Amino acid sequence: MPFIDNNLPVLLVIVPLLGGLLSVVLGTIFGSKRDLAWGWALLVSWATFALVIETLLDVVASPHGSVVYNLGSWPGPWGIEYVVDYLNAFVLLVVAGIGAATTLYARHSIPSEIPGDRLHVFYAVWLLAIAGLLGITVTGDTFNVYVLLEISSLTSYALIAMGKHRDRRALLAALRYLIIGSIGASFILLGIGYLLMLTGTLNMADMHAGLVALDNYKENRTVLVAFAFLLTGLSMKMALFPLHMWLPGAYTHAPSAVTAFLASTATKVGVYMAFRFMFTIFGHEYSFDVLPGQKVLLICAASAVIIPNMTAIRQTDVKRLLAFSSLGQIGYMVMGFALANEAGMTGAIVHLFNHAAMKGGMFMAVGAVIYRIGRAHTADFTGLGKRMPWTMAAFSVGGFGLVGFPLTAGFISKWYLLQGCVQAGYWPLVIVVLMGSLLAVMYFWKLFEQIWFTDAPEGAPEVSEAPPTMLIATWSLILTSIYFGVHASFTVGMAGKAASFLLEAGQ
Amino acid sequence: MNPFLANIADHYNYWIYIALMMIGFYGVIAKRNLIKQALGLGLFSTGLFLFYISMGVIDNGTAPVWTLIGHTAEKNNGPYDNPLSHVLILTAIVVSVSTMAVALALIVNIKRAYGTIEEDEIRAIEDAEHPGEELV
Repeated sequence: MPFIDNNLPVLLVIVPLLGGLLSVVLGTIFGSKRDLAWGWALLVSWATFALVIETLLDVVASPHGSVVYNLGSWPGPWGIEYVVDYLNAFVLLVVAGIGAATTLYARHSIPSEIPGDRLHVFYAVWLLAIAGLLGITVTGDTFNVYVLLEISSLTSYALIAMGKHRDRRALLAALRYLIIGSIGASFILLGIGYLLMLTGTLNMADMHAGLVALDNYKENRTVLVAFAFLLTGLSMKMALFPLHMWLPGAYTHAPSAVTAFLASTATKVGVYMAFRFMFTIFGHEYSFDVLPGQKVLLICAASAVIIPNMTAIRQTDVKRLLAFSSLGQIGYMVMGFALANEAGMTGAIVHLFNHAAMKGGMFMAVGAVIYRIGRAHTADFTGLGKRMPWTMAAFSVGGFGLVGFPLTAGFISKWYLLQGCVQAGYWPLVIVVLMGSLLAVMYFWKLFEQIWFTDAPEGAPEVSEAPPTMLIATWSLILTSIYFGVHASFTVGMAGKAASFLLEAGQ
Repeated sequence: MNPFLANIADHYNYWIYIALMMIGFYGVIAKRNLIKQALGLGLFSTGLFLFYISMGVIDNGTAPVWTLIGHTAEKNNGPYDNPLSHVLILTAIVVSVSTMAVALALIVNIKRAYGTIEEDEIRAIEDAEHPGEELV
C-alpha cells in the first residue's frame, strides 16, 4: 500500500505507540482476558517487526544507503527528520525482532509473575517501551532522542518494578535505575542544550555542519562541555563500566520476559546512540583524536570485559550471573566502536546483533526455569538437563556463543574485534578479549557441568519441559545465533557497510 | 568591580542553574530517605529548566508574536527571544513531572512492601532476609 510505503519510518514508532494505548482500551471494554491482552501485543509487535523489515529493504534498495523521512512534510533542519541508514536499520532489526520474539515468549511467562487484572496495562507499557527504543534509533533529531529516551526509560522502570510480585527487591532495583537513569538523561539533555546554544539547531546532520562552521570548534570549550555531558550521560544509559551499578539488580529482579527484552535491546540502543553522537555530530576525528575519547572508552571497555566477568563467576543467581556477563559484552561493543577502524566497528555492530540473539535466548531459558521451579539459583540447575532437555540445550548453545566458540555467532564478532585490535596496533586489547572469553568459560563451564553431568539431588522438584510458546521463542533466537554464526555474510555485510558509512559521515 | 564578581553578576542565572543542580545532586547522593532522594532529583531537573530558559533569552528581547495595539495587531520590531529553547523545556518539564510521578509511585510501593522509606532500615530488613546478597 502506498500509504504504508511512503510513511514507513514513522509508522514503526506510531504502530506500537498507538497499539499500547489501544491495549488499555481493549482491557477496559472486554475486561481482563489473558489471551486477548497477549494476542493484541503479539499482533502489534509482529506488525512492527514487518514494518522494520520493509524499512530495511528500502534502505538496501536506496542508492545512497539511507532513507530520510520528514515528519509532517516539514523538511529538516526545521522539521523533525527520521533518517534510516545501514547502522540504525540494523539496530531497528534487533529491537523489533527481539520485541516480537519476547512477546511470543510472554504468553505463559508473564501471567505467572503478574496478577491477571494488570495484564492489559502491562502489555500497554511493554509496547510503549518498544516504541521508545525504536524511536531513539530511527530519529535524526537530538531533542527527539531525549523525549523517546525518556519514554523508553520510564516504561522500563515500570516494567522492572512489576517484578515485585515475585520479589519485592524489584522495587528497589527499579528506583535505583530511575535515579541513575534520570540523571543520565539530564546530562544528555544538558549536552544537547550546549550544542543548541552553539549551532541553533537540533538536527544531527545540521548540528555537525554548524560545529564545523564555527571557527576552530576543536578548541571551543562549550563543545568540550557538551561532549563530556553527552558521553557521561550515554555511558550511564548503556551501563558502561564503571557507571553500571543499576543494571545487575534491575535485570535480576525484573519479570523474565522483561529481562530478556531489556537485556537484548535497551543497552544496545544506548551504545548505538553514543556512537551516533560521537561519529555523526562531533565527528570521530574530534572525539578520538583531538579529545582523548578513544583512550577513555578503551580503558572503560577493557575494564568492563575483565571486572564484571570476574564478578559473574561468583554469582549464585543465574539471572544475576548473566546480567554481569552482559556488562562484559557491552565492553566488547564499546571497544569495537572506539577502535574506529572498519574491522573493529564491524565486530561491534555484528556483536550487537549476535549478543542480542544469544543473551535474549539464554535469559528466556532461565525464565523457563523460573516458570517451572520458581527461582533460578545455580543449585537449581543441577541435573536439570535430564528434566528440561530442550530448555537447557538452548541455554548451553547460548553459553557456547558467549564464550565465542567457533560455529557460533559469538565467534564471528570476536574474530572481527580481534582483527580490529590488531589493525589499530593495540596488542594489550587482544589479550583482554581473550581473557574475557576465558572468564566466560569459567562462569559458564561450572553451570554446564552441573546441568548435564551431575544427577539431580534427592528431593529435587519434579519438573517438566517449558510450554511450547516459550520453547519456540527461545529456540528462534538461539537458532538465529547459530545460523548467523555459520552464514555470517548477511550480518557482516550489513555491519561492514554501516561501519564504513559511519566512518565517512564524521569526516 | 572585581572581574570574577562581575562575571557572576552578569550570568547570575547560569550560576543559579549550576547551584540548583548541585544541591539536587547532593540530595540524591547523600540522603538516605527515598522521598528526599526523589526531591533531589526534582531539584536537579529544575536547574536544567533554568539553563534552557536562560539560553533563549537576550537583552531587551520580546516574544516573537504580533502585539495588539488598540484594535490592530502589529508586528513588534524585536529583538526576539529564541522561543525554541522555551518550547523544548516545556516538553522536558512534562517529562520531569512524569519521572517524579513514577518515582513517587515506586516509593509508595516500597512503603507498602517494607513499611519504611529509610534506605538503612530497608537494608537491614533485606540483610536479615537474604544474608550475603547485595541489596539490589
